Amino acid sequence: MQSTLGLYQPGTSVFHRAPAGAKLLALVVLGAASVFLTYWWLVLGLIAVLLGAYTVAGIGPRTILRQVRPLLWLLAFTAAYHVWATGWQRATVVAGTIVLLVLAAALVTLTTPTTRLVDAVVRVLGPFRRWGVDPDRIGLLLTLGIRCVPLVADLAAQVREAQIARGTGTSWKAFAVPLIVRALRDADAMGEALVARGVDDD
Amino acid sequence: MLIEADHVSHTYGQGPTARTVLQDLNLRIEERRVGIVGHNGSGKSTFARMINGLIVPTAGTLTVDGLSTASKAKEIRKHVGFVFTDPDNQIIMPTVAEDIAFGLRRSKLPKEVVARRVDALLERFGLAGHADHPAHLLSGGQKQLLALASVLVTEPDILVMDEPTTLLDLRNARIIGEVVAGLDQSVLLVTHHLNLLDDFDRVLVFDEGRLVADDSPAAAVAYYRELMAV
Repeated sequence: MQSTLGLYQPGTSVFHRAPAGAKLLALVVLGAASVFLTYWWLVLGLIAVLLGAYTVAGIGPRTILRQVRPLLWLLAFTAAYHVWATGWQRATVVAGTIVLLVLAAALVTLTTPTTRLVDAVVRVLGPFRRWGVDPDRIGLLLTLGIRCVPLVADLAAQVREAQIARGTGTSWKAFAVPLIVRALRDADAMGEALVARGVDDD
Repeated sequence: MLIEADHVSHTYGQGPTARTVLQDLNLRIEERRVGIVGHNGSGKSTFARMINGLIVPTAGTLTVDGLSTASKAKEIRKHVGFVFTDPDNQIIMPTVAEDIAFGLRRSKLPKEVVARRVDALLERFGLAGHADHPAHLLSGGQKQLLALASVLVTEPDILVMDEPTTLLDLRNARIIGEVVAGLDQSVLLVTHHLNLLDDFDRVLVFDEGRLVADDSPAAAVAYYRELMAV
Protein backbone atom coordinates (compact mmCIF):
# COMPACT_ATOMS: atom_id res chain seq x y z
CA MET A 1 0.00 0.00 0.00
CA GLN A 2 1.27 3.45 -0.89
CA SER A 3 -0.19 6.55 0.68
CA THR A 4 -0.66 9.56 -1.56
CA LEU A 5 -2.58 11.64 0.97
CA GLY A 6 -2.08 15.39 0.69
CA LEU A 7 1.05 15.34 -1.46
CA TYR A 8 2.10 18.18 -3.70
CA GLN A 9 0.85 18.05 -7.26
CA PRO A 10 2.90 20.22 -9.60
CA GLY A 11 1.07 22.88 -11.56
CA THR A 12 1.04 26.51 -12.69
CA SER A 13 -2.37 27.66 -11.44
CA VAL A 14 -2.92 30.77 -9.38
CA PHE A 15 -3.02 28.56 -6.27
CA HIS A 16 0.33 27.02 -7.14
CA ARG A 17 1.87 30.45 -7.67
CA ALA A 18 0.44 32.04 -4.51
CA PRO A 19 2.93 32.51 -1.65
CA ALA A 20 2.92 29.66 0.89
CA GLY A 21 2.63 32.12 3.79
CA ALA A 22 -0.52 33.70 2.33
CA LYS A 23 -2.11 30.29 1.82
CA LEU A 24 -1.31 29.23 5.39
CA LEU A 25 -2.68 32.52 6.71
CA ALA A 26 -5.88 32.06 4.70
CA LEU A 27 -6.18 28.58 6.17
CA VAL A 28 -5.80 29.91 9.72
CA VAL A 29 -8.40 32.63 9.06
CA LEU A 30 -10.83 30.08 7.60
CA GLY A 31 -10.26 27.79 10.58
CA ALA A 32 -10.95 30.58 13.05
CA ALA A 33 -13.98 31.83 11.11
CA SER A 34 -15.44 28.35 10.83
CA VAL A 35 -16.75 28.53 14.41
CA PHE A 36 -19.10 31.30 13.25
CA LEU A 37 -20.59 29.25 10.42
CA THR A 38 -24.19 28.63 11.42
CA TYR A 39 -26.11 28.45 8.14
CA TRP A 40 -26.15 25.11 6.29
CA TRP A 41 -26.51 26.79 2.90
CA LEU A 42 -23.44 28.94 3.58
CA VAL A 43 -21.33 25.87 4.42
CA LEU A 44 -22.44 24.08 1.27
CA GLY A 45 -21.82 27.25 -0.73
CA LEU A 46 -18.27 27.49 0.62
CA ILE A 47 -17.64 23.84 -0.21
CA ALA A 48 -18.86 24.55 -3.76
CA VAL A 49 -16.47 27.51 -3.99
CA LEU A 50 -13.64 25.29 -2.75
CA LEU A 51 -14.45 22.63 -5.32
CA GLY A 52 -14.26 25.39 -7.92
CA ALA A 53 -10.84 26.30 -6.57
CA TYR A 54 -9.77 22.65 -6.99
CA THR A 55 -10.88 22.83 -10.62
CA VAL A 56 -8.87 26.02 -11.14
CA ALA A 57 -5.87 24.27 -9.56
CA GLY A 58 -6.27 21.41 -12.04
CA ILE A 59 -6.92 18.78 -9.37
CA GLY A 60 -9.43 16.11 -10.32
CA PRO A 61 -12.34 14.55 -8.38
CA ARG A 62 -10.41 11.35 -7.55
CA THR A 63 -7.76 13.30 -5.65
CA ILE A 64 -10.48 15.35 -3.92
CA LEU A 65 -12.27 12.19 -2.81
CA ARG A 66 -8.99 10.74 -1.54
CA GLN A 67 -8.69 13.68 0.87
CA VAL A 68 -12.13 13.11 2.36
CA ARG A 69 -12.28 9.30 2.32
CA PRO A 70 -10.39 8.78 5.62
CA LEU A 71 -13.05 10.96 7.33
CA LEU A 72 -16.10 9.09 6.11
CA TRP A 73 -16.76 7.22 9.36
CA LEU A 74 -16.23 10.34 11.44
CA LEU A 75 -18.56 12.31 9.18
CA ALA A 76 -21.21 9.62 9.25
CA PHE A 77 -21.18 9.40 13.06
CA THR A 78 -21.11 13.18 13.50
CA ALA A 79 -23.90 13.76 11.03
CA ALA A 80 -26.05 10.95 12.44
CA TYR A 81 -25.68 12.26 15.99
CA HIS A 82 -26.59 15.81 15.01
CA VAL A 83 -29.57 14.70 12.91
CA TRP A 84 -30.86 12.84 15.97
CA ALA A 85 -29.99 15.60 18.47
CA THR A 86 -30.57 18.89 16.65
CA GLY A 87 -31.80 18.23 13.12
CA TRP A 88 -30.42 17.94 9.59
CA GLN A 89 -29.52 21.64 9.30
CA ARG A 90 -27.06 21.46 12.21
CA ALA A 91 -25.76 18.10 10.98
CA THR A 92 -25.02 19.68 7.61
CA VAL A 93 -23.22 22.59 9.27
CA VAL A 94 -21.00 20.41 11.49
CA ALA A 95 -20.14 17.69 8.98
CA GLY A 96 -19.87 20.23 6.17
CA THR A 97 -17.49 22.41 8.16
CA ILE A 98 -15.20 19.42 8.74
CA VAL A 99 -15.20 18.66 5.01
CA LEU A 100 -14.63 22.33 4.22
CA LEU A 101 -11.57 22.60 6.49
CA VAL A 102 -10.05 19.32 5.34
CA LEU A 103 -10.50 20.25 1.69
CA ALA A 104 -9.03 23.71 2.29
CA ALA A 105 -5.98 22.26 4.08
CA ALA A 106 -5.54 19.65 1.36
CA LEU A 107 -5.71 22.34 -1.34
CA VAL A 108 -2.81 24.11 0.37
CA THR A 109 -0.65 20.97 0.64
CA LEU A 110 -1.55 19.83 -2.88
CA THR A 111 -0.52 23.13 -4.44
CA THR A 112 2.52 23.95 -2.29
CA PRO A 113 5.82 22.05 -2.13
CA THR A 114 6.61 20.94 1.42
CA THR A 115 9.81 22.94 1.41
CA ARG A 116 7.90 26.18 0.85
CA LEU A 117 5.32 25.35 3.52
CA VAL A 118 8.06 24.57 6.02
CA ASP A 119 10.01 27.69 5.03
CA ALA A 120 6.89 29.77 5.71
CA VAL A 121 6.49 28.22 9.16
CA VAL A 122 10.19 28.77 9.90
CA ARG A 123 9.84 32.45 8.89
CA VAL A 124 6.80 32.91 11.12
CA LEU A 125 8.64 31.35 14.06
CA GLY A 126 11.75 33.48 13.44
CA PRO A 127 10.97 36.12 16.12
CA PHE A 128 10.76 33.37 18.77
CA ARG A 129 14.50 32.68 18.44
CA ARG A 130 15.13 35.20 21.24
CA TRP A 131 13.23 32.87 23.60
CA GLY A 132 15.33 29.87 22.62
CA VAL A 133 12.98 28.48 19.99
CA ASP A 134 14.82 26.87 17.06
CA PRO A 135 12.53 27.43 14.02
CA ASP A 136 14.75 25.33 11.73
CA ARG A 137 14.49 22.38 14.08
CA ILE A 138 10.70 22.78 14.21
CA GLY A 139 10.64 23.00 10.41
CA LEU A 140 12.64 19.78 10.21
CA LEU A 141 10.25 18.09 12.64
CA LEU A 142 7.31 19.12 10.46
CA THR A 143 9.07 17.81 7.36
CA LEU A 144 9.87 14.51 9.00
CA GLY A 145 6.30 14.21 10.24
CA ILE A 146 4.99 14.60 6.71
CA ARG A 147 7.66 12.25 5.34
CA CYS A 148 6.87 9.55 7.91
CA VAL A 149 3.15 9.28 7.10
CA PRO A 150 3.66 7.08 4.00
CA LEU A 151 6.52 5.22 5.73
CA VAL A 152 4.36 4.21 8.69
CA ALA A 153 1.43 3.43 6.37
CA ASP A 154 3.69 1.07 4.39
CA LEU A 155 4.99 -0.51 7.59
CA ALA A 156 1.44 -1.08 8.83
CA ALA A 157 0.52 -2.73 5.52
CA GLN A 158 3.56 -5.01 5.70
CA VAL A 159 2.82 -6.00 9.30
CA ARG A 160 -0.82 -6.65 8.41
CA GLU A 161 0.27 -8.91 5.53
CA ALA A 162 2.64 -10.83 7.82
CA GLN A 163 -0.18 -11.11 10.38
CA ILE A 164 -2.50 -12.64 7.78
CA ALA A 165 0.25 -14.94 6.45
CA ARG A 166 0.95 -16.25 9.95
CA GLY A 167 -2.71 -16.69 10.72
CA THR A 168 -2.75 -14.38 13.73
CA GLY A 169 -6.12 -13.05 12.61
CA THR A 170 -7.27 -9.79 14.15
CA SER A 171 -5.07 -9.81 17.26
CA TRP A 172 -4.22 -6.18 18.00
CA LYS A 173 -1.07 -7.28 19.86
CA ALA A 174 0.19 -9.18 16.83
CA PHE A 175 -0.29 -5.99 14.85
CA ALA A 176 0.83 -3.30 17.29
CA VAL A 177 3.99 -4.90 18.70
CA PRO A 178 5.85 -5.52 15.41
CA LEU A 179 4.60 -2.19 14.04
CA ILE A 180 5.97 -0.25 17.02
CA VAL A 181 9.23 -2.22 17.05
CA ARG A 182 9.80 -1.68 13.33
CA ALA A 183 8.77 1.98 13.52
CA LEU A 184 11.25 2.57 16.37
CA ARG A 185 14.00 0.72 14.50
CA ASP A 186 13.34 2.75 11.34
CA ALA A 187 13.26 5.95 13.40
CA ASP A 188 16.67 5.02 14.77
CA ALA A 189 18.01 4.40 11.27
CA MET A 190 16.53 7.69 10.05
CA GLY A 191 18.18 9.50 12.95
CA GLU A 192 21.51 8.03 11.92
CA ALA A 193 20.91 9.13 8.33
CA LEU A 194 20.06 12.64 9.51
CA VAL A 195 23.39 12.81 11.33
CA ALA A 196 25.17 11.46 8.24
CA ARG A 197 23.51 14.20 6.17
CA GLY A 198 24.78 16.86 8.53
CA VAL A 199 21.57 17.70 10.41
CA ASP A 200 23.28 17.44 13.77
CA ASP A 201 25.99 19.81 12.55
CA ASP A 202 23.71 22.86 12.24
CA MET B 1 42.15 10.98 0.85
CA LEU B 2 43.91 9.19 3.67
CA ILE B 3 42.11 7.02 6.19
CA GLU B 4 44.19 5.62 9.03
CA ALA B 5 43.07 3.20 11.71
CA ASP B 6 45.41 2.79 14.64
CA HIS B 7 44.55 -0.10 16.98
CA VAL B 8 40.84 0.58 16.46
CA SER B 9 38.34 -1.53 18.39
CA HIS B 10 34.64 -1.14 19.04
CA THR B 11 32.47 -2.79 21.66
CA TYR B 12 28.70 -2.45 21.94
CA GLY B 13 27.28 -2.50 25.46
CA GLN B 14 28.99 -3.15 28.77
CA GLY B 15 29.46 -5.95 31.27
CA PRO B 16 28.34 -9.47 30.48
CA THR B 17 26.28 -8.35 27.47
CA ALA B 18 29.19 -6.49 25.86
CA ARG B 19 29.87 -7.48 22.26
CA THR B 20 33.09 -6.56 20.50
CA VAL B 21 32.47 -6.10 16.81
CA LEU B 22 35.83 -4.69 15.76
CA GLN B 23 39.16 -5.73 17.22
CA ASP B 24 42.52 -4.03 16.97
CA LEU B 25 42.19 -2.78 13.41
CA ASN B 26 45.33 -1.26 11.89
CA LEU B 27 44.93 0.11 8.42
CA ARG B 28 45.94 2.81 5.99
CA ILE B 29 43.73 3.55 2.98
CA GLU B 30 44.77 5.84 0.15
CA GLU B 31 43.27 4.10 -2.87
CA ARG B 32 40.28 5.56 -4.78
CA ARG B 33 38.27 2.34 -4.90
CA VAL B 34 38.23 0.13 -1.84
CA GLY B 35 35.80 -2.73 -1.30
CA ILE B 36 34.86 -4.20 2.08
CA VAL B 37 33.38 -7.68 2.37
CA GLY B 38 32.52 -9.99 5.24
CA HIS B 39 29.69 -12.03 6.65
CA ASN B 40 26.82 -10.47 8.59
CA GLY B 41 28.12 -9.18 11.91
CA SER B 42 31.76 -9.28 10.81
CA GLY B 43 32.30 -5.61 11.69
CA LYS B 44 32.41 -4.18 8.18
CA SER B 45 29.40 -1.87 8.60
CA THR B 46 30.71 -0.68 11.96
CA PHE B 47 34.01 0.21 10.31
CA ALA B 48 32.18 2.00 7.48
CA ARG B 49 30.18 4.06 9.98
CA MET B 50 33.36 4.97 11.82
CA ILE B 51 34.77 6.66 8.73
CA ASN B 52 31.82 9.06 8.73
CA GLY B 53 32.01 9.54 12.50
CA LEU B 54 28.62 7.91 13.04
CA ILE B 55 30.30 5.44 15.39
CA VAL B 56 33.33 6.34 17.46
CA PRO B 57 35.97 3.71 18.31
CA THR B 58 35.86 2.56 21.93
CA ALA B 59 39.64 2.06 21.66
CA GLY B 60 42.29 3.37 19.27
CA THR B 61 42.00 6.24 16.81
CA LEU B 62 40.60 6.58 13.33
CA THR B 63 41.57 9.59 11.25
CA VAL B 64 40.40 10.92 7.90
CA ASP B 65 42.97 13.21 6.28
CA GLY B 66 44.54 13.65 9.71
CA LEU B 67 41.26 14.56 11.46
CA SER B 68 40.15 12.29 14.29
CA THR B 69 36.64 10.93 13.84
CA ALA B 70 36.19 11.10 17.63
CA SER B 71 36.69 14.85 17.90
CA LYS B 72 36.19 16.20 14.36
CA ALA B 73 33.21 14.21 13.15
CA LYS B 74 31.27 17.28 12.00
CA GLU B 75 34.22 18.53 9.95
CA ILE B 76 34.79 15.05 8.51
CA ARG B 77 31.14 14.67 7.50
CA LYS B 78 31.50 17.70 5.22
CA HIS B 79 33.96 15.65 3.17
CA VAL B 80 32.67 12.13 3.69
CA GLY B 81 29.23 11.20 2.35
CA PHE B 82 27.40 8.09 3.50
CA VAL B 83 24.89 5.97 1.59
CA PHE B 84 22.85 3.48 3.64
CA THR B 85 21.46 0.07 2.72
CA ASP B 86 17.81 1.12 2.91
CA PRO B 87 17.18 4.38 1.03
CA ASP B 88 13.79 4.75 2.75
CA ASN B 89 15.64 5.58 5.95
CA GLN B 90 17.84 8.11 4.21
CA ILE B 91 15.25 10.02 2.20
CA ILE B 92 14.03 12.89 4.34
CA MET B 93 11.99 15.18 2.13
CA PRO B 94 8.65 14.21 0.58
CA THR B 95 9.59 14.88 -3.05
CA VAL B 96 12.62 13.86 -5.12
CA ALA B 97 14.00 17.34 -5.92
CA GLU B 98 13.41 18.57 -2.38
CA ASP B 99 15.35 15.65 -0.97
CA ILE B 100 18.36 16.30 -3.17
CA ALA B 101 18.27 19.99 -2.24
CA PHE B 102 18.02 19.16 1.48
CA GLY B 103 21.78 18.63 1.80
CA LEU B 104 22.40 22.23 0.68
CA ARG B 105 19.89 23.91 3.01
CA ARG B 106 22.67 25.45 5.11
CA SER B 107 25.15 26.00 2.29
CA LYS B 108 24.18 29.68 1.77
CA LEU B 109 24.44 29.02 -1.96
CA PRO B 110 22.13 31.16 -4.12
CA LYS B 111 18.85 29.45 -4.98
CA GLU B 112 19.78 29.34 -8.66
CA VAL B 113 23.01 27.47 -7.91
CA VAL B 114 21.14 24.97 -5.71
CA ALA B 115 18.53 24.47 -8.44
CA ARG B 116 21.27 24.00 -11.06
CA ARG B 117 23.05 21.38 -8.96
CA VAL B 118 19.81 19.55 -8.22
CA ASP B 119 18.77 19.58 -11.89
CA ALA B 120 22.19 18.29 -12.95
CA LEU B 121 21.96 15.35 -10.54
CA LEU B 122 18.36 14.60 -11.51
CA GLU B 123 19.48 14.47 -15.13
CA ARG B 124 22.60 12.43 -14.39
CA PHE B 125 20.70 9.77 -12.45
CA GLY B 126 17.71 9.57 -14.79
CA LEU B 127 15.34 11.16 -12.28
CA ALA B 128 14.59 14.36 -14.20
CA GLY B 129 11.02 13.25 -14.93
CA HIS B 130 10.43 12.57 -11.24
CA ALA B 131 11.59 15.87 -9.73
CA ASP B 132 8.24 16.72 -8.11
CA HIS B 133 7.12 13.15 -7.51
CA PRO B 134 6.72 11.71 -4.01
CA ALA B 135 10.04 10.07 -3.16
CA HIS B 136 8.38 7.10 -1.48
CA LEU B 137 6.64 6.13 -4.71
CA LEU B 138 9.91 5.59 -6.63
CA SER B 139 11.12 2.07 -7.37
CA GLY B 140 13.80 0.54 -5.14
CA GLY B 141 16.54 1.27 -7.67
CA GLN B 142 15.37 4.85 -8.18
CA LYS B 143 15.24 5.40 -4.42
CA GLN B 144 18.83 4.27 -4.07
CA LEU B 145 19.85 6.54 -6.97
CA LEU B 146 18.04 9.38 -5.17
CA ALA B 147 19.85 8.57 -1.93
CA LEU B 148 23.13 8.65 -3.84
CA ALA B 149 22.24 11.94 -5.57
CA SER B 150 21.23 13.47 -2.23
CA VAL B 151 24.68 12.74 -0.86
CA LEU B 152 26.58 13.78 -3.99
CA VAL B 153 24.89 17.18 -4.11
CA THR B 154 27.12 18.29 -1.25
CA GLU B 155 30.16 17.30 -3.37
CA PRO B 156 31.96 15.13 -0.81
CA ASP B 157 35.51 13.91 -1.44
CA ILE B 158 34.83 10.42 -0.14
CA LEU B 159 31.74 8.29 -0.46
CA VAL B 160 31.15 5.45 2.00
CA MET B 161 28.43 3.06 0.86
CA ASP B 162 27.05 0.42 3.21
CA GLU B 163 25.56 -2.39 1.13
CA PRO B 164 23.72 -0.03 -1.26
CA THR B 165 22.67 -2.90 -3.53
CA THR B 166 21.55 -5.46 -0.94
CA LEU B 167 17.85 -4.61 -1.29
CA LEU B 168 17.99 -4.30 -5.08
CA ASP B 169 17.44 -6.76 -7.92
CA LEU B 170 20.36 -7.64 -10.20
CA ARG B 171 19.49 -5.02 -12.81
CA ASN B 172 19.28 -2.17 -10.32
CA ALA B 173 22.40 -3.44 -8.55
CA ARG B 174 24.22 -3.29 -11.90
CA ILE B 175 22.97 0.26 -12.50
CA ILE B 176 24.19 1.37 -9.07
CA GLY B 177 27.50 -0.39 -9.79
CA GLU B 178 27.90 1.52 -13.06
CA VAL B 179 27.06 4.81 -11.36
CA VAL B 180 29.60 4.11 -8.61
CA ALA B 181 32.24 3.20 -11.20
CA GLY B 182 31.77 6.59 -12.86
CA LEU B 183 32.07 8.70 -9.71
CA ASP B 184 34.94 11.16 -9.32
CA GLN B 185 34.95 10.64 -5.56
CA SER B 186 36.96 8.07 -3.65
CA VAL B 187 34.64 5.20 -2.78
CA LEU B 188 34.57 2.70 0.06
CA LEU B 189 31.96 0.12 -0.81
CA VAL B 190 30.66 -2.45 1.65
CA THR B 191 28.89 -5.10 -0.38
CA HIS B 192 27.78 -8.68 -0.81
CA HIS B 193 27.65 -8.22 -4.60
CA LEU B 194 31.24 -9.28 -5.17
CA ASN B 195 31.22 -8.60 -8.92
CA LEU B 196 30.93 -4.87 -8.17
CA LEU B 197 34.48 -5.00 -6.85
CA ASP B 198 36.12 -6.38 -10.03
CA ASP B 199 37.74 -3.07 -11.02
CA PHE B 200 38.49 -1.87 -7.49
CA ASP B 201 42.01 -1.09 -6.31
CA ARG B 202 41.81 -3.06 -3.10
CA VAL B 203 39.45 -5.25 -1.11
CA LEU B 204 39.35 -5.76 2.67
CA VAL B 205 37.89 -8.93 4.17
CA PHE B 206 36.45 -8.80 7.69
CA ASP B 207 35.73 -11.85 9.83
CA GLU B 208 34.61 -11.87 13.46
CA GLY B 209 35.62 -8.24 13.92
CA ARG B 210 39.09 -8.67 12.48
CA LEU B 211 40.66 -7.73 9.17
CA VAL B 212 41.67 -11.13 7.82
CA ALA B 213 42.60 -10.26 4.25
CA ASP B 214 43.72 -7.10 2.48
CA ASP B 215 44.53 -7.68 -1.16
CA SER B 216 43.64 -7.15 -4.80
CA PRO B 217 39.96 -7.83 -5.64
CA ALA B 218 40.68 -11.21 -7.21
CA ALA B 219 42.80 -12.49 -4.34
CA ALA B 220 40.66 -11.04 -1.54
CA VAL B 221 37.37 -12.24 -3.04
CA ALA B 222 38.85 -15.73 -3.58
CA TYR B 223 39.93 -15.76 0.06
CA TYR B 224 36.48 -14.61 1.17
CA ARG B 225 34.72 -17.28 -0.90
CA GLU B 226 36.95 -19.91 0.67
CA LEU B 227 36.26 -18.51 4.15
CA MET B 228 32.50 -18.65 3.58
CA ALA B 229 32.62 -22.18 2.17
CA VAL B 230 33.82 -23.59 5.50
